[in-house]
Amino acid sequence: MDTKVRHVDGVTVLDLSGKITMGEASGKLRGAVQDALSSSKKILLNLADVNYIDSAGLGELVSAFTTVKNAGGELKLLNLTKKVRDLLVITKLLTVFDVKENEGDAVKSFA
Amino acid sequence: MDNQSGAEVSPTSLLEHTELHLPSSLESVSEIERAVEAMAGRAGFDEDTASNIAMVTREAAINACKHGNKYAGDKRVDVVLDRTADGIRICITDQGDGLDPDSLPDPLDPANLLRSSGRGVFLMRAIMDEVHFRQLQPGTEVTLIKHRHLEATS
Repeated sequence: MDTKVRHVDGVTVLDLSGKITMGEASGKLRGAVQDALSSSKKILLNLADVNYIDSAGLGELVSAFTTVKNAGGELKLLNLTKKVRDLLVITKLLTVFDVKENEGDAVKSFA
Repeated sequence: MDNQSGAEVSPTSLLEHTELHLPSSLESVSEIERAVEAMAGRAGFDEDTASNIAMVTREAAINACKHGNKYAGDKRVDVVLDRTADGIRICITDQGDGLDPDSLPDPLDPANLLRSSGRGVFLMRAIMDEVHFRQLQPGTEVTLIKHRHLEATS
């Protein structure tokens, strides 16, 4: 998994690409989110180029979400691939995350 | 008693049979996953379904290597892959302390939704048509079966 960091109107956008899986991403996402929290508590995870995720990767997303929430911030998801969306539906995690389809709208949606 | 799993394959319907005996490592997990994805493709599953079958096989292989064998250098993961006219059957055995699948918390329970682990077996059951666990004392055997004729309705 690779991470690129952008700052858009006070929101930190993390462009993730590759696989979020056991081994491939263990702890990496949480680390990237923790780093991002030092500059902004508004974090948008762009998953457009994440084509593969397993249960450990879902756990990473959940950990990232709770890390940001516990720090008083907000974490949203952007541009889910069908594969990731299907798994979030099956596991009911789609009810946990605020998921956006468009970056401009997503950035504006942060309080 | 051991034959009650419903996982036996009639020899006449067997089109392909592969056995892997691997060390308990993440490299083995990836090797098992790749082998299953290729076989699921040959079994006639569409790309999405083959990828999902491979993904939950990965979950079973991680359970075997990590939670079962705890990555111990002297413990092996044994895999049997069968392609039949009806679909695919994956059997993964570890040499660990055993797993009671009935003791696992429900990951869909609102109280558990924000847990960072505990979704692997749930995903196996969601994707596959049959999931069987057998305690070998020591070791756990998990069998995953996907039927091709149920694909359209599942």
